[in-house]
Parts: sequence; structure tokens; C-alpha cells
Amino acid sequence: MLELSGLSKHFGGVKAVDELDLTVNEGEIVGLIGPNGSGKSTTINLICGVFGETAGTVRFRGELMNGKPPHQRLRAGLARTFQNIRLFPNLTVWQNLWVAQNSPQDVSARGFLPRWFGATRRTRREIADLLDLADLGHKDDELASNLAFGEQRRLEFARAAATRPRLLLLDEPAAGMNQQEIADLSRRIHRVRDSGVTILLVEHVMELVMGVTEQIAVLNFGRKIAFGTPGEVQRDKAVQEAYLGASDPGDGSA
Amino acid sequence: MSYYLGLAQLIGIHTLLGLSAYVLMLTGQLSLGQAGFFAIGAYCAGILTVIFELHIVPALLIAALLAAFFAFLVGFPALRVKGLMLVVATIAFGEFVRLFFFNLSWRVPRDGIHVGPDSTNGFREIRYFVANGWSAWEITLFVWTFVLLVMAALWWTDRSRAGAVLRAVGEDELAAQSVGLSLTTVKVTAMTAGGFIAGVGGALYAHTATYVDHLTFTVLLATFAISYPILGGLSSVFGTLVAVIFIQGLLVEGLRFMGDWRSIVFGLLIVVAMNLKPSGLFDARTARLLRRAVGLRGGEKSRA
Repeated sequence: MLELSGLSKHFGGVKAVDELDLTVNEGEIVGLIGPNGSGKSTTINLICGVFGETAGTVRFRGELMNGKPPHQRLRAGLARTFQNIRLFPNLTVWQNLWVAQNSPQDVSARGFLPRWFGATRRTRREIADLLDLADLGHKDDELASNLAFGEQRRLEFARAAATRPRLLLLDEPAAGMNQQEIADLSRRIHRVRDSGVTILLVEHVMELVMGVTEQIAVLNFGRKIAFGTPGEVQRDKAVQEAYLGASDPGDGSA
Repeated sequence: MSYYLGLAQLIGIHTLLGLSAYVLMLTGQLSLGQAGFFAIGAYCAGILTVIFELHIVPALLIAALLAAFFAFLVGFPALRVKGLMLVVATIAFGEFVRLFFFNLSWRVPRDGIHVGPDSTNGFREIRYFVANGWSAWEITLFVWTFVLLVMAALWWTDRSRAGAVLRAVGEDELAAQSVGLSLTTVKVTAMTAGGFIAGVGGALYAHTATYVDHLTFTVLLATFAISYPILGGLSSVFGTLVAVIFIQGLLVEGLRFMGDWRSIVFGLLIVVAMNLKPSGLFDARTARLLRRAVGLRGGEKSRA
């Protein structure tokens, strides 16, 4: 479904992502982990088109994504959340989700009518489902900026799901969460996956990654050093060295 | 009486000018080119009623569409740049328009005299209202019909998905892109709508003033255009109206008795107002208080 081949991003002399090959198959939950500064977020930004790549290709469902702006990639089915939450703070929770419903059937002359007439019954039902997913049903008229941190994270997750993605890229969704919230999040991730969405999860919180993913790719200094099931990755020598800092695991190119 | 009607017309026209900047400001863009669109509306409508002898209503609509068309054209290159660069680019456009009309000479003979834009001497014969015997009351009513129509349209849009999309782009461009909104489409649409509204304002201005020249449409006018929504706040269209009444009604007209001191007090009062009400004269809190005052319930939940 998603194929990265030889993907590189250099910032000046720094190789943030270096010849990365990665394949994500439909219906999988794939984790992307690595120490700080190993290029995980850069990878997400390359996939979504926030940065242009230095070299390599991004293919999504067989289609070449290179050079396409973020909104076109989204319309192809690539949605994301951000490491630092980026909501529309002065829109209500409901409006945040409404704006994200962007497929051609949502964008019509009805878009110029107020909510009571402008949202189709289907839109309302979907937003109600999303509010339920985010556990925000009672706060639909609240401004996004008035939500608590955890609620904002849930809203951002729901907003990404509202775009009807085929592949959802989650950039550290568990940052700053407690045990209970992580358990809720992994339930939410499974629920979205079960509705037919493939998931690529960038995460530091091992509890979530090990519990929820089926395949894990490990990055260090912009290179992929391991790929496999959570069990395989945990036993991998290079991974242990990367995390414990025993020795330089790459070929010294960075 | 006619003084107050004239003031009411001026407030209406400046409200349109302010709203044209307001629409664009919702998407986070600051344009100092609104005087240019206003000028296009003014000259075009004037030419249509004077030289082509059209009725005011079609003339006004054609002028507004032409201004919108130019806003659309300017939108594509201008919105590739952001922030201060956009301000500079739009100033350049405004000055380009002004200098175009500074040089435009299109005189045609009519009833023994020549009429039409006369480059540096201005366009002096926009006498549609006088020639058709409109009273000051009728002109005021005419102007305010358009002001209220535009305000109603924007108020209405703010409750729709389109309005939420405008604000979403204004709040976070990256987030807006990553939920699938095309920044170019949204910004150019806002620019075009802003151009249309400024064009309506300009057309009305030319006919109420009966005389326009290039000096009317300097950067000072563009500065007024953006200062209304900045001072009034972006929480609703009424903010712009309140700011226009405050500046044009209270400061410019109300302080006339102070003579030359007016300019100083004028600036001072704007600074005071912005400090007392940093998110606009008509912010969410004021709106809620007002709603409670007139007995409407549920002020909190009104923005659907």
C-alpha cells in the first residue's frame, strides 16, 4: 500500500533520512521507532509532502506521490496527526471534524449553508461516530482551545480519521499520556484499523508500540537498522545497541 | 439632516471596504491592496453609468464582478507570498491601479460637454443619483441595502462549512493542508470575495461622492480598510461595523470641534481602544453580553 524506496532527506550536511526502504501492506499496523533524532518525524513529513525529498520515491497504492502537495496526498488517502497537536483552536470540536470531511460529496454548494442545512444526514452521523470514537460526544460545541490536553489529542486523532483515510500516520500519539490513556488509545487504534484503515505509528512509548503493532521498523541516524515483528525487533542486536548506545550501529555515514 | 445621511452613507461604504479586508483576514492574510479593488469598482461603475448610461444596479454588479476578477488574478501570484511580503505585493498592486486611473483619460461628448475620467483632473461627472432625482434618504437606503446584504451573506457563511474552512486556514495552514484543504483555492476564493465586496463599496462611493480621482485611493484608504477588522476583531462581521462607526462616526466626525488636536486624539483613542479590547471592540464577550441584554438565551452555543 505504501512503498518508500531509497527515500532520503538531507538538511545541509545532515542526513535526516538516508536511503530508507519501507513497505506497509494494507490492513497492517506498522510501527516506526528509533532514538531521538533518528528521522522518524522527517519520514512522516516526507510521506505527507510537508518536505520535499532529496532523493527516492514515495508510492501510495501504486501511485507516485513525489512533488504532490499535502492536500493532494490527503485526498489520495494519506492522513496524519502531529507530534505537537495542531488543531484549529478557535473552531468548535464539531467544526474541526466538519472541516476535515473533504471528499467531493462533502464539498458542494451545501458547504455554504449553515450547519443545520449544510451538513447532510450522513455527515452528521459520521461526525457523531467520530465524536464517539474520541469520547467527546458531550463537548461538540466547545472550542478546541478549551479542551484538556488529552481531549485535544483525541480530537486530533478523530479529525485525521474524519478525512476517511486509507493510511493513517500517527506521529507520537501517546506522548504525555498516562497508562489508562495509552490503553484507550490502543483500543482506538484497533477500532480504526478494523474499519479498514492501515496505520503507521511513530512512537517512543514502547508499551504502545509493542502492544499494538504487527511489524516494526527501527531507524537510527536516518537509516533502517531492523524490521520485523515486535519480538524479533526486541531481540535484535543492532536495535539494542542503538537504544543503549553501545556502539555506532550504522556504517558511520552519519 | 443631510449631513447625518451623508455620514450614514460613508459609514456604510467604509463598512463594505472593511469587510472586504475582513474576509481575507479570516484566512490569515493581510492585504493593503483593498483600495485598488475599491478604485476599480468606483471607476468602472462610474464609467458604466456616465459613458454607457446604464442603470445603477447592473453597473454596480458589473463593477463588482470586474473588481472580483482582478482580485482573482492578483490572488494567484500574491498569495504565494506570506505576511509582510504579501503586504508589500498588495501595496504594489494598489499603487498600480491608482496610477492606472491617474493616467486614464476617456472623455466622450454628452449634452454639449465632455464627460468621463480625465486623468489628473479626476472623474467629475458621476451624477446618476442627481440626474435621476434620488433623495438623500433613498441613496442612504440604497447604500445600506448592499451593506446589509453583504453582512448577512458573511454572517451566514460563518455558520457554514465554508466559513469554518476560511477560519481553519487562518488558524493553522499546515493543519488545514493536512485535512485536505487546498490553501490556494481557499485563499484565492477569499481574495475574490474580498474584491467583489470592495468593488461594491467603490461603486457606491463613486456615486455618492459624484467625483473621484486617484488621490481617493491611496495606501491611506487601504490602511483604513484593514484597521476596521483589526480594531473590530474577527469574531463576527459586526466588529467591523462597530469599528467603522467608532472611527468614522466618533473619531473623524465627532472630534471635528477639536480642530488640529483631532489627529492626536484620534491616534490616542485607537491605541486606548486596542489596549482595552485586544481581541477587538466587538469580541465574543461583548457579543454574549449584548445577547443576554436583548434576552436571547444560550450565548455560548450560538456559533454552530
